[in-house]
Amino acid sequence: MDAVTDTVTLTHLQRLEAESIHIMREVVAETEKPVMLYSVGKDSAVMLHLARKAFYPSPPPFPLLHVDTTWKFKAMYELRDKMAQESGMELLVYQNPEAKAKGINPFDHGPLHTDMWKTEGLKQALDKYGFDAAFGGARRDEEKSRAKERIFSFRSTNHRWDPKSQRPELWNIYNARKAKGESIRVFPISNWTELDIWQYIHLENIPIVPLYFAAKRPTVQRDGLTIMVDDDRFPFAPGEVPEMKSIRFRTLGCYPLSGAVESEAKTLPEVIQEMLLTTTSERQGRVIDKDAGGASMEKKKQEGYF
Amino acid sequence: MSETTTKESSYVTDELIASDIDAYLIKHQHKSLLRFITCGSVDDGKSTLIGRLLYDSKMIFEDQLAAVEADSKKFGTQGQNIDFALLVDGLAAEREQGITIDVAYRFFATEKRKFIVADTPGHEQYTRNMVTGASTADLAVILIDARKGVLTQTRRHSYLAHLIGIRNLVVAVNKMDLIGYDHDRYDAIVAEYRQFATSIGIKNFTPMPISGFKGDNITSKSENTPWYTGPSLMQHLESVELDVTADQAKKFRLPVQWVNRPNLDFRGFSGLVSSGVVKPGDAVRVLPSGKTSTVTRIVTYDGDLPQAVAGQSVTLTFADEVDCSRGDVITLADEPVQVADQFEVNLVWMSDEALIPGRSYWIKIGTQLVSASIHAPKYTVNVNTLEHVAAKTLELNAIGVTNIVTDKPIPFEAYADNRALGGFIVIDKMTNATVGAGMINFSLRRSQNVHWQALDVSRESRAKLKNQQAGVLWFTGLSGAGKSTIANLVEKKLLRMNRHTFLLDGDNVRHGLNKDLGFTDADRIENIRRVGEVAKLMTDAGLIVVTAFISPFRSERELVRSMVAPGEFIEIFIDTSLEDAEKRDVKGLYKKARAGELKNFTGIDSPYEAPQQPEIHIDTSKLTAEEAADLIIAKLIP
Ligand SMILES: Nc1nc2c(ncn2[C@@H]2O[C@H](COP(=O)(O)OP(=O)(O)OP(=O)(O)O)[C@@H](O)[C@H]2O)c(=O)[nH]1
Ligand SMILES: [Mg+2]
Repeated sequence: MDAVTDTVTLTHLQRLEAESIHIMREVVAETEKPVMLYSVGKDSAVMLHLARKAFYPSPPPFPLLHVDTTWKFKAMYELRDKMAQESGMELLVYQNPEAKAKGINPFDHGPLHTDMWKTEGLKQALDKYGFDAAFGGARRDEEKSRAKERIFSFRSTNHRWDPKSQRPELWNIYNARKAKGESIRVFPISNWTELDIWQYIHLENIPIVPLYFAAKRPTVQRDGLTIMVDDDRFPFAPGEVPEMKSIRFRTLGCYPLSGAVESEAKTLPEVIQEMLLTTTSERQGRVIDKDAGGASMEKKKQEGYF
Repeated sequence: MSETTTKESSYVTDELIASDIDAYLIKHQHKSLLRFITCGSVDDGKSTLIGRLLYDSKMIFEDQLAAVEADSKKFGTQGQNIDFALLVDGLAAEREQGITIDVAYRFFATEKRKFIVADTPGHEQYTRNMVTGASTADLAVILIDARKGVLTQTRRHSYLAHLIGIRNLVVAVNKMDLIGYDHDRYDAIVAEYRQFATSIGIKNFTPMPISGFKGDNITSKSENTPWYTGPSLMQHLESVELDVTADQAKKFRLPVQWVNRPNLDFRGFSGLVSSGVVKPGDAVRVLPSGKTSTVTRIVTYDGDLPQAVAGQSVTLTFADEVDCSRGDVITLADEPVQVADQFEVNLVWMSDEALIPGRSYWIKIGTQLVSASIHAPKYTVNVNTLEHVAAKTLELNAIGVTNIVTDKPIPFEAYADNRALGGFIVIDKMTNATVGAGMINFSLRRSQNVHWQALDVSRESRAKLKNQQAGVLWFTGLSGAGKSTIANLVEKKLLRMNRHTFLLDGDNVRHGLNKDLGFTDADRIENIRRVGEVAKLMTDAGLIVVTAFISPFRSERELVRSMVAPGEFIEIFIDTSLEDAEKRDVKGLYKKARAGELKNFTGIDSPYEAPQQPEIHIDTSKLTAEEAADLIIAKLIP
């Protein structure tokens, strides 16, 4: 065998991938009942792909959990079921029964919609199954309080985050010890940027919801956002007809709350190109960030939102 | 808007993005990455500088800028101008107080490089968060307020950055605008810093005069400092040399994270290669066991690899069924790591609760979690004078040198040679908090080859001669619970059964072996540690040791458990409510404690941590002492 070894320069993405895999394996080794929160967006797509790499040839040794609001895009439900099947992982879908009974929806209930379906729904689901660690696809470049969060982020028994007393996190050593009832949110893609995510999806050919690519779709204008009409639950104003526009999404959530951008980008390089030339941030299209002023995401997280 | 905020940055968007996105992506993919931190004293302008870098490298989107402009009017420290610090100080508490509390990680890229910058807090109170940021950085920008010069925190952060191994230092003398870009003052500050730096072993650093607020020497050379001939900060960050493949040149080490067993036919060992290179066919060794085998495959989702290098997360399979599990380290067969259980370490303390020497803590090093006790420090370092100060403990933010003893030998390397096998965190067993960060200097004795003096007469043969199995019957419970009474009865009964026993109790130990100890938490811990050591020697002699100590702390009882052979520690919880114990009060101690005449009395003003899973649990409200003793004997000798 050749005695001289060629040194290899790992690319930035290869390093990020190795780091994320390392984090996932630490969690599986050190916690009792981990779960992966799977929201079907691009970050979840990357996270799931990394999980499949981390444990190969075993399937990832934890289930996927979708905290559903019943208001996601149809295309998201389709991809979700397909990916669960392909990965060989168990898919748990949780819908907050109280929100369901009360018919909570984004049109009539404003912030309560996110609060009950997502924040409460998540807490209920974690408690119901007794998960002590949950992977989430949040990135530090998304938002200013996320930029402050540790990779292993602790939650009290009632799921609260205390941003002022985070554990020091040195090197790549993670302290996963916790008291009974406490749980950890783990963010394996903390150090990825939006561009890294797109580029990785491109290089690895990861399946994503087609809504990320431009196509003619029926839209209406609401509070300055372009909203896509995805089903017949959408309440029109008298005489209002949806307008067909070439649009795509930078982030996906509940369809009535996701703002689209007008675009002609039909391929990943075109999407990336538009993203790099744009002058607004990806979260701008999210109604949820706007309801409580400057520190809104921080406040939501303290209350148990991911 | 002021002139500073509208000034066009010299960093324009890469033309390739619009003209040839595919070409741009390939170029971008191969950019190198620099991870750096900003550090220094409170208000020296760290966050402002990072906000400025983000702004100038066009990383701030319109909606974010609009939000910051609005916030600047509300919380800003710069009147009507944009307060760049608000771009990074993302927590509500930080914005209200105008300070940084925790590290913010921000990302930006230029045509040449990608950057991850950690903005760390200057406040001494939050030093642990600075250390968190520093542990993964390649370079540190140490800021100094030109009006204030070198301060204690400047020194502390420099010391820590150096200790943690950051070898690229930029010393940015900031707020030059406020001293009229005074060259002499700048030179004086740099000279003062150099003197300090040299004394802590910093060989070189790159000084530069800047204003984060006005933008001088940030992305381009400033006209305000014509006397300055060095690069702008951004030029320096883009061009500073990084040896990204240095770890590959070192010996192969892979700490095992997880054993991958999808089915009976596959057994792989997963982990992140911390240094070196490995190939199929290489002879490898597993530490600490020392077993050897040969690598058959390097398995990944993308297919088998012809080699794995430092920085890759992989799964190895071996030719033989060798025992290998989480915490073990895989090396090449002829380049093993050392294995030891006693080390001299540098320790940075990060908890409001001071170190308790002798107490057992968890230590996480690589993928190993072990119990360890930390000795009283040899000294702590005064960061101003660099004097070595004698100390009994380490308080919050103290930096010291001490010895630690792990409960079993572990594979390791000196931190200077390999961070992944020489850096560790210290975890409090009760609160689970990360209370310290340590770096191994060297092991105190090599246990790799030197084993305990192998005695010709084994402990087993001694016990066998006595026709018994050695062990420790560890009675624990409140004062007055009945420990001594029951322990005495048990010993008597064992004697009648021809068993060789020895009773250690508070009274016979406190008057001799431990007469130098009082009742503070630290003394109680040392008391139990010594009793544990004596009990261990006696079990080696084949005796059944009976002990009766309140032993209020769970971690000390666990320490003794970990000292004796597995299965030989029998914890017997004499469970009496505080109410009952106080009612009995045979020695009148509770009365005294209630009257304040006895300090640190367990149950009154010092906690009792009841065993969670004692081997034997005696409820004294249901059993007499005689019955309790019979029950214990029945459990011991079925
Ligand atoms: N004139 C002037 N003011 C500055 C400069 N850099 C920072 N400042 C001001 O100094 C104050 C403190 O700045 P910060 O960036 O918050 O300081 P910091 O070092 O991050 O502080 P901590 O993180 O709390 O330790 C703010 O009012 C800034 O606007 C500078 O170059 N010139
Ligand atoms: Mg700051």
